[in-house]
Amino acid sequence: MSAATLPKLARQDDRLRPLPWRRMAWVTWRQHRLTLAGLAALLGAAGAYLLITGLQIHGAYAAVAACRPANAQFCQQVDNDFLKTYAPGVGVVFGLFQVIPALIGAFAGAPILARELETGTFRFAWTQGFGRTRWTIAKLVPLAVAVTVATGAFTLLVSWYVQPIFSAGDNNGPLYPTLFDLLGVALAAWTLTAFAIGVLAGFLIRRVVPAIVATFAVWAALAVGTGLFLRAHYVAPVVTTNLTIPTQAWVINQGWFRGGSPASLDMINTTLAQVDVRAVTPELFQPGPATPATLGDPVQYLMHHGYTQLTTYQSATQFWRFQWIEGGWLFALSVILIASTVWLVRRRAA
Amino acid sequence: MNVIETNALGKRYGNTWALRDCSLAIPDGHVVALVGPNGAGKTTLLNLMVGLAAPTAGVVTVLGGRPAGSPAALDGIAFVAQDTPLYRNLSAADMLHLSRNLNRRFDERYAKARLGELGIPLQQTAGSMSGGQQAQLALTLALARRPQLLVLDEPMAMLDPLARHDFMATVMTAIADDGVSVLLSSHVLAELERVADYLVLLSDGSVQVSGEVDDLLASHQVLTGPAAEAGAYAQRLNVVHVRRGEAQAHLLVRTDGTTAPMPPGWEAHPVSLEELTLAYMRDPSAAALPGPARIPVEARN
Repeated sequence: MSAATLPKLARQDDRLRPLPWRRMAWVTWRQHRLTLAGLAALLGAAGAYLLITGLQIHGAYAAVAACRPANAQFCQQVDNDFLKTYAPGVGVVFGLFQVIPALIGAFAGAPILARELETGTFRFAWTQGFGRTRWTIAKLVPLAVAVTVATGAFTLLVSWYVQPIFSAGDNNGPLYPTLFDLLGVALAAWTLTAFAIGVLAGFLIRRVVPAIVATFAVWAALAVGTGLFLRAHYVAPVVTTNLTIPTQAWVINQGWFRGGSPASLDMINTTLAQVDVRAVTPELFQPGPATPATLGDPVQYLMHHGYTQLTTYQSATQFWRFQWIEGGWLFALSVILIASTVWLVRRRAA
Repeated sequence: MNVIETNALGKRYGNTWALRDCSLAIPDGHVVALVGPNGAGKTTLLNLMVGLAAPTAGVVTVLGGRPAGSPAALDGIAFVAQDTPLYRNLSAADMLHLSRNLNRRFDERYAKARLGELGIPLQQTAGSMSGGQQAQLALTLALARRPQLLVLDEPMAMLDPLARHDFMATVMTAIADDGVSVLLSSHVLAELERVADYLVLLSDGSVQVSGEVDDLLASHQVLTGPAAEAGAYAQRLNVVHVRRGEAQAHLLVRTDGTTAPMPPGWEAHPVSLEELTLAYMRDPSAAALPGPARIPVEARN
């Protein structure tokens, strides 16, 4: 190629405007409509269950809320009965729903690129006039938006469903680990992150089934790590020696201390042996035959003998602040993962 | 215009060079056979041309200087990959619609007429088609893009003889009708011999032979004579390959069009393309490249 032909060719390239994005809309829809139908079926089935059982819960709670006077012992009993009846079931549902982001990430996200690479169809798709970088963007962005919006809408139903349990004053507030991830913006953010993990895993592993497995594994590690270690520190937790903590606070840690260091169960038992009380756990005490009738609460006894109970907790009023912090970093992570995938597709050597 | 131009092109996977120091300039209007044993680097070279792979070294441009893989290059090249990958769950009609959406030009009327002639129903899914039908569908999609260059990687490897014939007939019709340049790769020369008028022979990651078939045939000869004299005679010739029998030896020599007088007892025969290709494949150290022309000493100064 001689130097003289270069400017002319450059002009020719300039004239060649990229194909419009809307051309890919049909392609993405046609190739992923089954995925979107699966997503609709999953959230539809889960949503139908929430709606049916939610109506029962709301109906039952209406009777609790109507009880007057509200602080009468009878009404407290009605409230307790309501929680005893419905809270465990709600807990199970929330436990099962934890996997929603992983299911969507693994089955909607991971196959997008993995299937193209596994079956060789990327050689067809990436040599068409549309160009592979824009092809990748035109597939990933609409699908990412779809899964995020769908789970975001689903969260509204989840919040409505669980509302009576919170209103009735259940011990577990909205910061409780398995509740927090399905409320606010967290479910949508976790789904987007799982989707982005799936997409990148699919590209790197190049096989559908291993990519699905890897997506579950990475998501689980990230979700467990966040719940156990990271989330408690979004805001400095409150540490108190006060025995009464705000209702529905998320208790991260609670334990006995003596002389500034943690007190073991043995130490507590040695102290309590004087009054023939045995501590089964640091919170559960069992009086013996020789326990004096005047003892009262063993907790008070321990506190009079140099023990303090330290509680580390996050107040339920921090809920939205925590939601935006978690949603924010998960969104940023997802953007980084998807952008990395696009960049890798662009520079990839086949 | 050169449909393909490479300069010192190289591609390394890990520690292995799949292609090394490859320089080619293929003018347009040819049917190019890219031939070489398995693992010679044919698919690597094709992937670099169509932009599926990025070079480790050197440059590759197509269609008169467009960088491989650029939008302008993708626009003018249609590529049918090995085993003709198609979306198995999509019907022929969907594949047509897909291709039309993904390309600037797409001659849907041609594609539909072509599938009609081939008896491929539009509603049939690609996964339920025979290998021959899949190859024909992939080729039809490629040709309907009205490319300037059609690149086919091992297009006939999976086809039975009848399907091969039909497939090549489609390619030849497109060449006659549209003047499209075609590049086909194969490890079996025989299936390309009738159609190709330009040969590129790759061996062990580098270009061993490159040129128009007519020129290559005109510049090579087989010399047959007494086996006892072959060694001495070969010293004076540009021998590509020697085949010795009991009494006679066959020397495939590169004459570059010049004919020197032969010793008595020797005879010259023209060479067939297959003979020539096999001879070069058997002897990877021999090479026939256009190369830099030798400048006479007095012209240098």
